[in-house]
Amino acid sequence: MKQLHGIAASRGIAIAKAYCLVESDLQVEKKTVADIPKEIERFQSALAASKEELEAIREKAEKEMGVEEAAIFNAQILVSSDPELIDSVENNIKENQLNAESSLEEIANQFITMLEQLDNEYMRERASDIRDVTKRILSHLLDVKVVNLSMINEEVIMIANDLTPSDTAQLNRQFVKAFVTNIGGRTSHSAIMARSMEIPAVVGAEGAVEQVRDGDLVIVDGVKGEVHINPSEDVVAAYKQQQKEMELEKKELEKLLNEKTVTADGEHIELAANIGTPADLAGVKANGAEGIGLYRTEFLYMDRDQLPTEEEQFTAYKKVLEEMNGLPVVVRTLDVGGDKELPYLQLPKEMNPFLGLRAVRLCLKEQEMFRTQLRALLRASKFGSLKIMFPMIATIDEFRHAKSILEEEKQKLVSNNIEVADNIEVGIMVEIPSTAVQADVFAKEVDFFSIGTNDLIQYTMAADRMNETVSYLYQPCNPAILRLVKMVIDAAHNEGKIAGMCGEMAGDETAIPLLLGLGLDEFSMSASSILKSRKLISQLKMSDMKELANEAVGMATAEEVVNAVMNRVQTVNI
Amino acid sequence: MNQKTFTIIDEMGLHARPASALVSAANDYSSAINIVYKGKTVNLKSILGVMSMGIPSGEEFDITAEGADQDAAMEGLENKLKSEGLIA
Repeated sequence: MKQLHGIAASRGIAIAKAYCLVESDLQVEKKTVADIPKEIERFQSALAASKEELEAIREKAEKEMGVEEAAIFNAQILVSSDPELIDSVENNIKENQLNAESSLEEIANQFITMLEQLDNEYMRERASDIRDVTKRILSHLLDVKVVNLSMINEEVIMIANDLTPSDTAQLNRQFVKAFVTNIGGRTSHSAIMARSMEIPAVVGAEGAVEQVRDGDLVIVDGVKGEVHINPSEDVVAAYKQQQKEMELEKKELEKLLNEKTVTADGEHIELAANIGTPADLAGVKANGAEGIGLYRTEFLYMDRDQLPTEEEQFTAYKKVLEEMNGLPVVVRTLDVGGDKELPYLQLPKEMNPFLGLRAVRLCLKEQEMFRTQLRALLRASKFGSLKIMFPMIATIDEFRHAKSILEEEKQKLVSNNIEVADNIEVGIMVEIPSTAVQADVFAKEVDFFSIGTNDLIQYTMAADRMNETVSYLYQPCNPAILRLVKMVIDAAHNEGKIAGMCGEMAGDETAIPLLLGLGLDEFSMSASSILKSRKLISQLKMSDMKELANEAVGMATAEEVVNAVMNRVQTVNI
Repeated sequence: MNQKTFTIIDEMGLHARPASALVSAANDYSSAINIVYKGKTVNLKSILGVMSMGIPSGEEFDITAEGADQDAAMEGLENKLKSEGLIA
């Protein structure tokens, strides 16, 4: 019995036999051939077989994963029928009397090099498509069986170095119970796929391919990021028990999927989801969110070498708004700086990046970048219910300035006859103490507040949240934090505005009773916390929670507050 | 032969996503369709050829179509270029 550790990429527990995905050996030998027409015919029949396979995979992908995920195979099909590629390979066979395998490999490599030199991430993606297609054609030429993943017919756990899009598209979802990969992180393709398939996955589990044998009994713990190889009976029994409990809990929670979030005494609360990319929408729907409370647009700007264009942004925003079908979508304008760097902006290093040029401060300085984002948002606004939120606002002047830029861009679009929704709400993140303290002033001018607790706590406690030695000061339930939160909520309500929260605290089981009592209108959290929170709220009485919150703000320590919550909510068991 | 000149306005130039759409559209016609840029000609039915040209934003290029459906092809491709935001 052995154990591996990796990154918990998708929650859940699976127990099944291992299926090791081994790369096929596609070594090409360079040979000269005498019968050229025969060689060209071999190439053409390998092409035809590859194209047929790709079309079947695309069809399967479209059915099981949607048109978006299947699009990658359109590109591969185009490559497999590309006249330039085919002509070049055939000419290479004719002129050099080369065998089809090495002729194809040479030409494909030329195209790959050419695309990789263009220094553009889209082109690099296409280079990997050419590699994928070339492998497929080679497998037919060499008559090497490429593992046919769609033929798996018993429950297995996939063990692989990494899983490519064409691997995951072929998987039979009925039988593949989990993934374990040697490489990758939470945002690698295999991790994203596992979450969308809702199966557990551990990625970056070094040594998985080397240590697991076909048929080994494997437990994948996608909660802790552990992989157990040939575990003892006790371990299996314990995991089976845990698996059963998780399934029961999930079934129980699924009953709440299409329910409104209502307290035990009938008050309606809005539960929204935080997202980073349009790909997160599947989880939003699967968990019954009542809107998007925080769309972190910085992901559009990260992991690339230049700013995203207005079109790219427009497409992403439009998709989110359309898919949410009229439910509110709060989009946070670019929040980078601090721990989130964009290397291509070449900003100078700062001593205290969390206190430096970040978020709206950067946007007000780099206005072209800001205006591009605002234009994309404004143009997308007609496709749903858009709310725009500025992060890291410290003074009312910053808000006024940002809003005036938004107005300018809106007027420009309108005068160019571009349709813009006329009911876009404009609000701010409250994450700097100065703004919380002056919330009454802000409430007169903003349409809504969303409290960003991660930063509000770090700035209020003057404790860097990346510094582990002061992590004890990260106290969401500290009465000082609760008082600030209360000030913000009260200020909003005095002006008839809405106060939401989009930090970790909004999905925290201990904080929810307090926030309810303080009068928070909207809770935005990761999609996977929504159903749990809905259940918790349904068991709490607003009147009780008001009392609890009133007491809590007067307490001395976070510990006292946490104990008071535990005592009050002890009957609740989730 | 039908020939027409266009200017790319997309900030990314003629990049992969719209290029794929353009190549798919070209494959719907029987005419021989080429794209000409800086004196270099490639087959517009070839995704690899089109992308390897790497036409950047603001540059002019020509499309030529020759065959039975050359006029329909030119019209269809121009519409595609517009709907993909590649030309004004």
